[in-house]
Amino acid sequence: MLFASILDAWWLQTIAKSGAVLAVVLLPAGLTVYLYLFKMVSFMQSRLGPMEAGPYGSLQLLAELGKSLQKEDIFPARADRNVFAMAPYVVLTSTFLLAVVVPFGPNALFTDLDTGVFLALAVSSISVIGILMAGWASASKYSLLGGLRAAGQLIAYELPMVLAVVGVVIQAGTLNLQQIVYAQINGEIFGWGALGLPFILTQFVGFLIFMIAVQAELTQVPFDMPIAESELVSGYMTEYSGMRFLMFFIGEFATAAIFAFLASVLFLGGWSIPPFITELVGLEVDSAWFNVIGPLVMVTKMLALTFVIYWVRFTYPRFREDQLQKFAWKVLIPIALVNITITGILKVAF
Amino acid sequence: MPLVPGVVKGLGITFKEVVKTVVNGAETVQYPHEKEEPTPRARGVIALHEENCTSCMLCSRECPDWCIYIEGHKTLAPPRRAGGKPRSVNKLDRFDIDYSLCMYCGICVEVCPFEALFWTPEYEYSEPKIADLLHDKTRLGQWMETVPDFEGYEAGADVKAKKVPR
Repeated sequence: MLFASILDAWWLQTIAKSGAVLAVVLLPAGLTVYLYLFKMVSFMQSRLGPMEAGPYGSLQLLAELGKSLQKEDIFPARADRNVFAMAPYVVLTSTFLLAVVVPFGPNALFTDLDTGVFLALAVSSISVIGILMAGWASASKYSLLGGLRAAGQLIAYELPMVLAVVGVVIQAGTLNLQQIVYAQINGEIFGWGALGLPFILTQFVGFLIFMIAVQAELTQVPFDMPIAESELVSGYMTEYSGMRFLMFFIGEFATAAIFAFLASVLFLGGWSIPPFITELVGLEVDSAWFNVIGPLVMVTKMLALTFVIYWVRFTYPRFREDQLQKFAWKVLIPIALVNITITGILKVAF
Repeated sequence: MPLVPGVVKGLGITFKEVVKTVVNGAETVQYPHEKEEPTPRARGVIALHEENCTSCMLCSRECPDWCIYIEGHKTLAPPRRAGGKPRSVNKLDRFDIDYSLCMYCGICVEVCPFEALFWTPEYEYSEPKIADLLHDKTRLGQWMETVPDFEGYEAGADVKAKKVPR
């Protein structure tokens, strides 16, 4: 971090990084919830959304927070109390761990792991356990059905997500997220280096599969069978109220934002801007200015990707469970495998 | 395979809706900043024209919810011609309508033989305390100012719409 040169004490760094991780998780969640869940969906439905709490309803999430804090903490009578209470925390754990590997600038990162991609994909599976815990411990038929559907769906869509990223890893030659960003900055399109080589240009199939798999991992429509609001009330979240429900809610939106950060690092060039602009302004590609510009660039790319995620969410009806599974196992995984094969062949040939 | 797959067309529809709302404004009415005009003969609150009421108790008896409370007494009014008999007149002491019970069916307005009750389109009279929803005689008389004129009959009708006694 930028602080590392000033204050080398590890405990000070840890406190600073913990605060920064909270900001990285909660601020994008709040921003996307306001922009897309309150405003964009309203505009798509010819209405204005919340307008009373703060200017143009910007403080609505704060009002929701206050409302949830003063709600009664309800446990169903036959629920497994400890598991029921722990489930939201397990889901949030995976969200925070996922945020740790994303780089926001040449030096603005939390940790520079050589296996960053591996950690990100592995840690995103922890939320599956949390959802299953919620579904089972709620002692309710709606929650149980939601939990079972979630188990099948989330495990099925882990594979296309991982396979889509493998193509990027082959092309970049490294699992280190920061090195993947540098590979995109330094890459060239047939010898023309003005734009670098954002991997979306060569890995467009992988990008598409990754975005579809992310939509399914977040249980967003059209893959929201586990929640299926008109059928299951709220699926695995049915018996949760107040603050616990808000934790699931924030976790879902924060995870969406962080997957969008990951996708922009893997496919859109991360915190960098096209090299010809940096040369125009006269900066080095990895100058310290990018520790300030980088986060802003990342947020812009994240907003663009979450716009697509929520645009798709608010447009389509949902898949049936068997259509969902068939899509994952019979369509996405074969296409992802073919993508890996072709990437591998082209990487060796050129 | 159609020319534009339905998947893309769906996205186009929602996006067009966003643009339309940003440019033209929303389809919804932004209550309480803007208010919709109530339709003609809309039923809001019931107003009482006390002069016409003879406390015949018909409205109170016909109300399905028993939400009208009437108390009256008889007094003697001076005779119409000199040397005649003093006439007994009903005087209203109490005429309350309990709007926490009222179901806005309009039977009381319909059944009143002396046209003392009128519909008005006023709807913004909610109270924090339920007890305040009992409107007494004075308040019901104040609602008379908000009673709109009766709708005219169709063109070419022989009858003309009556006037509202305000």
